[in-house]
Amino acid sequence: MDQSKIRNFCIVAHIDHGKSTLADRIIEKTGLLTDREMQDQVLDNMELERERGITIKAQTVRVIYKAKDGEEYVFNLIDTPGHVDFNYEVSRSLAACDGAILVVDAAQGIEAQTLANVYLALDHDLDVFPVINKIDLPSAQPDFVKNEIEDVIGIEAQDAPLISAKNGIGIEEVLEQIVAKIPAPTGDPEAPLQALIFDSVYDPYKGVIIFCRIKEGRVRKGTRIRMMATGAEEEVVEVGYFGAGQFIPCDELSAGMVGYMTASIKNVKDTTVGDTVTDADRPCAEPLPGYKKVQSMVYCGLYPADGAKYPDLRDALEKLQLNDASLNYEPETSIALGFGFRCGFLGLLHLEIIQERLEREYNLDLVTTAPGVIYKVHKTNGEVIELTNPSNLPDPSEIDYMEEPVVSAEIMVTTEFIGSIMELCQERRGRYLGMDYIEGTRALLKYELPLNEIIYDFFDALKSRSRGYASFDYDMKGYERSELVKLDILINKEEVDALSFIVHKDSAYERGRKMCEKLKEEIPRHLFEIPIQAAVGGKVIARETVKAMRKDVLAKCYGGDITRKKKLLEKQKEGKKRMRQVGNVEIPQKAFMSVLKLDDK
Amino acid sequence: MFSLYIHIPFCVRKCLYCDFLSDAYSTELRAAYAEALNAEIKREAGFYRNRRVDTIFFGGGTPTLLTEEQLEELMETVWKNFDVAEDAEISMEMNPGTADWKKLVRMRQLGINRLSIGLQAAEDELLQKLGRIHTWKQFEEAYGMARAVGFRNINVDIMSALPGQKLADYEHTLQAVLSFEPEHISAYSLILEEGTPFYEQRESLALPEEEEERQMYDLTEKLLRAEGYHRYEISNYAKDGYECRHNLAYWRRTDYAGFGLGASSFISGVRFQNTRSMEQYLMGKRSKEQVEPLSREDAMEEFMFLGMRCMAGVSAEDFRQQFGTEMESVYGKVLTELEKQGLTAREGDRFFLTKRGIDVSNYVFAQFLL
Repeated sequence: MDQSKIRNFCIVAHIDHGKSTLADRIIEKTGLLTDREMQDQVLDNMELERERGITIKAQTVRVIYKAKDGEEYVFNLIDTPGHVDFNYEVSRSLAACDGAILVVDAAQGIEAQTLANVYLALDHDLDVFPVINKIDLPSAQPDFVKNEIEDVIGIEAQDAPLISAKNGIGIEEVLEQIVAKIPAPTGDPEAPLQALIFDSVYDPYKGVIIFCRIKEGRVRKGTRIRMMATGAEEEVVEVGYFGAGQFIPCDELSAGMVGYMTASIKNVKDTTVGDTVTDADRPCAEPLPGYKKVQSMVYCGLYPADGAKYPDLRDALEKLQLNDASLNYEPETSIALGFGFRCGFLGLLHLEIIQERLEREYNLDLVTTAPGVIYKVHKTNGEVIELTNPSNLPDPSEIDYMEEPVVSAEIMVTTEFIGSIMELCQERRGRYLGMDYIEGTRALLKYELPLNEIIYDFFDALKSRSRGYASFDYDMKGYERSELVKLDILINKEEVDALSFIVHKDSAYERGRKMCEKLKEEIPRHLFEIPIQAAVGGKVIARETVKAMRKDVLAKCYGGDITRKKKLLEKQKEGKKRMRQVGNVEIPQKAFMSVLKLDDK
Repeated sequence: MFSLYIHIPFCVRKCLYCDFLSDAYSTELRAAYAEALNAEIKREAGFYRNRRVDTIFFGGGTPTLLTEEQLEELMETVWKNFDVAEDAEISMEMNPGTADWKKLVRMRQLGINRLSIGLQAAEDELLQKLGRIHTWKQFEEAYGMARAVGFRNINVDIMSALPGQKLADYEHTLQAVLSFEPEHISAYSLILEEGTPFYEQRESLALPEEEEERQMYDLTEKLLRAEGYHRYEISNYAKDGYECRHNLAYWRRTDYAGFGLGASSFISGVRFQNTRSMEQYLMGKRSKEQVEPLSREDAMEEFMFLGMRCMAGVSAEDFRQQFGTEMESVYGKVLTELEKQGLTAREGDRFFLTKRGIDVSNYVFAQFLL
């Protein structure tokens, strides 16, 4: 394969600016195979793949484009996750590219995430060219956006293609600019193998499928490979590249190419994103730079709604982990919720995705406890504990001090909302670092925020206080000493461990009060009165009461329709099933989660 | 013991709280329905050849909206196709303003011996709010006529917890009804059912507070007892010997066959329901659908939560006879717990609701689900 005819690139954009639509158009306007490959009847192979029903992750795809210069080019379009939780994955995907298309909405202009992604791309020495999308919108102002791109990001934008991905306008121009502006890969096919893992999936037939970019050297069936970070070694069974929706095997992958390899690897953990694959018999001298072990940022307890489903939950987590090395979990028990797992996630979105997959793909009903971050507890005896479960907080007398993780956040907002967003950041214990005005109407606010203040509902609050206009991006900064306390919730005088969480002492009262109010709404009335209390260090700081039930009668007789009557009772019983018994109080499972959303503005 | 239920799904206008299977109608539809109903009874009666009918109940809707001729044909079909006991209780629901003197006389002649009059409240303002079609005065007239033509067993339906209803209003309704000395009074509290206009307006209805609602409930019991009515079921009060035998059949789980749109049947431990689609029903194909055979557990649950609706409660001996196992072994724990909470009591081998248990009977019943 002629390296000069390869273009490895990705598309970066803010959510909703049209990234996937543009990707679809690119795939549509190009072909899947070169003329030569057509003649080699690779089609048969594809058929086979199709029968086996293997699909690859969306959007990482190889397409063939016949350019106006008459030459055929191979485009490898590499997907990047679009969310701040997956910044590390984004950075590894970018490292697999040589260039990037920046999609900017002609009406909305640049957003915080756009900036973050572009900087990430520029950091990786990618050549970035902009594309202005949605020019068919009445509110489109392409010239204004072009200037904004040049002023704010500092990349040339005057000849940016003006397109509408939705309506297929201007796509040819994008394809030509990919050829012209994105550099061909370099790398010596004869050098020792050096390949970057940017993703991996688990396939029940083939084992782990490694998505990689070959930086140096070549790899083919039979090559004995070694993952440099994990040390795992296996023999390659198959190499190939990505068709739209299929894996297409080929003879070899060489420097500059993007593709996959399989090697009967059974555990995704052996093939961590960012690791370097080399030839075990002829290893390269150095791994590629930038590898880091992914760290969970957010922890929460996951419990099966039906205690008997605990083994099912364990199996499901095991299976999910095969495909998602950044998920980790360990068993824990809660007095209120029984047996479950403490799980670590990259962020709240990651948590939500996993939760949804468990519920949808594995048919599990889950109870989730309040998400928390990892606190560092410095004990008086010099020991440092990394605390992921509030229940494990040592006795206050044993604690010297505690630290919490802090992030640097950038919030892009139109000027009219600066006030309310600053207020929000202030409420969340933000430390103001500065503000840059962009184009007169918008500002980029810079704050340092404790991570535990943004994992709950910060994003929702941000959106609602800016009518959806604010955008937000953050980076881990490190740990800082903080005055933290454990807030306990007592229901009918009994402490409910699954509702405890760590909070800054200044927010404890406010949070405790809101928790009590929320729980009062969620807990159904019982035959007796139920006090709900929030306490810090054994001292009650807030209280609400669920009044006793006085009357609950089903008076009517539906003309002998007993089935209907029974259905009503069953509904009540069904509701009961979704309850957790704590002492003699039944708490609906959703109460454990509803307390996460306490921002009421 | 065997009962028949016959459903007439027509009303002049649907009340705002009502979610029964019933609606306004045209004369053509009414005629077609009457025909289909007769056909269904004839078709299905063969299944019940050897059963003597002890109670019949015409419910709705408003069964008295059938014409005299339609009523006559319907009753004839019943008489011809069933062996009806001489002392059978034959009830028909009616709304004030839907039966004149002539029709009432005809009903008596056809063998109907119990009338159930839907009044709900004695205040015209409240009646209007509920979307009722009649006034208090029309009730007085209907009641007077019914007595005059010889009905000796009359029930009056009333409701508490109505929008805007005060305790004093409700007391007035009770007193007004008592002054007529009906043999039977059904006192329901309003339940907002999904799909009704009231349910949609629930936020703006100004319903009485729970505590006031409970006081209305208490008042019913107190006033009616003083006047010689005893509560034999959660919502039903009767003078001695006038308990509605048909209703008791439901709670005691004896067999009943239902005819008409959406009617329920319970035969030999299996529950059926007729189609709820008028179009389907008029086509007259197999009408029994939604067959629900009850498991032993289902039957035990029903035994408990239906039986407990009656103030006499359930008997451990009956349970043993029906299920061949001790009530104690299935519900011992539940009953002990309920007793401890003061919701049920026991006397001899019977378990029944306490006054507090009646107030939260729904909660109590849910405990019996296995």
